[in-house]
Amino acid sequence: MSYEPKIVGFLCNWCSYAGADLAGVSRFQYPPNLRVIRVMCSGRVHPAHILEAFRNGADGVLVAGCHPPNDCHYISGNLKAKRRVAMLKKLMIQMGMDERRLRLEWVSAAEGEKFARVVTEFTNQLKEMGPASMKAMAVAEDD
Amino acid sequence: MMSKLKFGFYWAASCGGCEIAVLDMDEDLLEVLDVADVVFWPVAMDIKYKDVEAMEDGYMDVVFFNGAVRNSEQEHLAKLLRKKAKYMVAFGSCAYTGGIPGLANVSNREEIFDVVYLKSPSTVNPKKIVPRTEVEVPEGELTLPVFYDVVKPLDRVVDVDYYLPGCPPPSSLVLDAVRVIASGQLPAKGSVLAPELSVCDECPRKKENKQITEIKRIVDHTPDPDKCLLEQGFICMGPATRGGCGARCINANMPCTGCGGPCPGAIEQGSAMISALSTILGLAAEKEEGFDFEELLTQLKDPVGTFYKYSLAGSIINRKVKR
Repeated sequence: MSYEPKIVGFLCNWCSYAGADLAGVSRFQYPPNLRVIRVMCSGRVHPAHILEAFRNGADGVLVAGCHPPNDCHYISGNLKAKRRVAMLKKLMIQMGMDERRLRLEWVSAAEGEKFARVVTEFTNQLKEMGPASMKAMAVAEDD
Repeated sequence: MMSKLKFGFYWAASCGGCEIAVLDMDEDLLEVLDVADVVFWPVAMDIKYKDVEAMEDGYMDVVFFNGAVRNSEQEHLAKLLRKKAKYMVAFGSCAYTGGIPGLANVSNREEIFDVVYLKSPSTVNPKKIVPRTEVEVPEGELTLPVFYDVVKPLDRVVDVDYYLPGCPPPSSLVLDAVRVIASGQLPAKGSVLAPELSVCDECPRKKENKQITEIKRIVDHTPDPDKCLLEQGFICMGPATRGGCGARCINANMPCTGCGGPCPGAIEQGSAMISALSTILGLAAEKEEGFDFEELLTQLKDPVGTFYKYSLAGSIINRKVKR
């Protein structure tokens, strides 16, 4: 069986989740590797949520929110997400993780096509990279 | 009169500062000795492991275990003491969340042995001798404990009843813990025996508008002693760290480094600080054309050592990932 990456996607309620919805009703094809978690705002995604996803076996994490600078329903939550993700990537690099496994994208409610493209690209990229094996690491660390 | 309690103290992977913290209680130590006899304390009394093995299960009321678990001897003792104690207290940052020794989890056994026994500039080891767990000598077989690949906090090895945070725990918290135990009014299992507040709650500095445009380091600048350190641009772990210390470091004009562990209710400490810091860093300029957050981030030199100084081994991602 070929390797299928598991992606956890945190999509903001106002833009990206609606964008994913539009991709659905427009019948755009994209791989089924994404597990969506709807959040009110990309700025609500705590770095611990992302780390926890990796720890529990996610091969990739997608955070998607409204386009900066002014689309955010809560004015600046998307910019907060941007800074958090950037800082978290720096931590990931120091911990030996591949920071490309964490991806931040802006998807508006009108961008169903972009949403499908992002998920397709990310899935293909993760397939090329192979499993993250963080879960295997968590089990094997007791030596 | 009620019979006296029986206490044990043990020192695993830690610096020994926690043992000093016990003595740091000064004359209050007499109050402790009024309610309890210390029956096991290798640093202060002559006692052998076999004496512990000879104890009945649950013989000691409380064992205060300081230090993380780094090798098989420490794991063995943790398990043995757990059996002989009614209550097990993880004493200090190392036992609680791995502490400074836990930072070794950015490396592994092989790399550590390589540096310590072969490559460090002060090492003279022409025969390239690296410790082994057993060796045959004419007199018989000699053994050493197994050095683990990672450092683990105490609760990853045995069941822990209470946690006493701090590096070392402030003597006031130690005394409070002893009083609570002596009173028999024990809190829920798994409680952290420290106040339900953050270091910021105890910090006397003036706090105004939290927005910073650069990260400063204490080696390059002297902070204003009256103003919030974070607002001045120094990374102070106060907002992500449990209080109970009385903001001692901050009162000495040094930023909090986070020894109190995560705030009450927080999942972990480091990511909470990443969340907090990225919320205020570059905030004023965020909507400006050409604002480059990555550029600002180059001022952040050591994310793991800054955000997880005492809690790496007890965090979600608790060791460096092997590719």
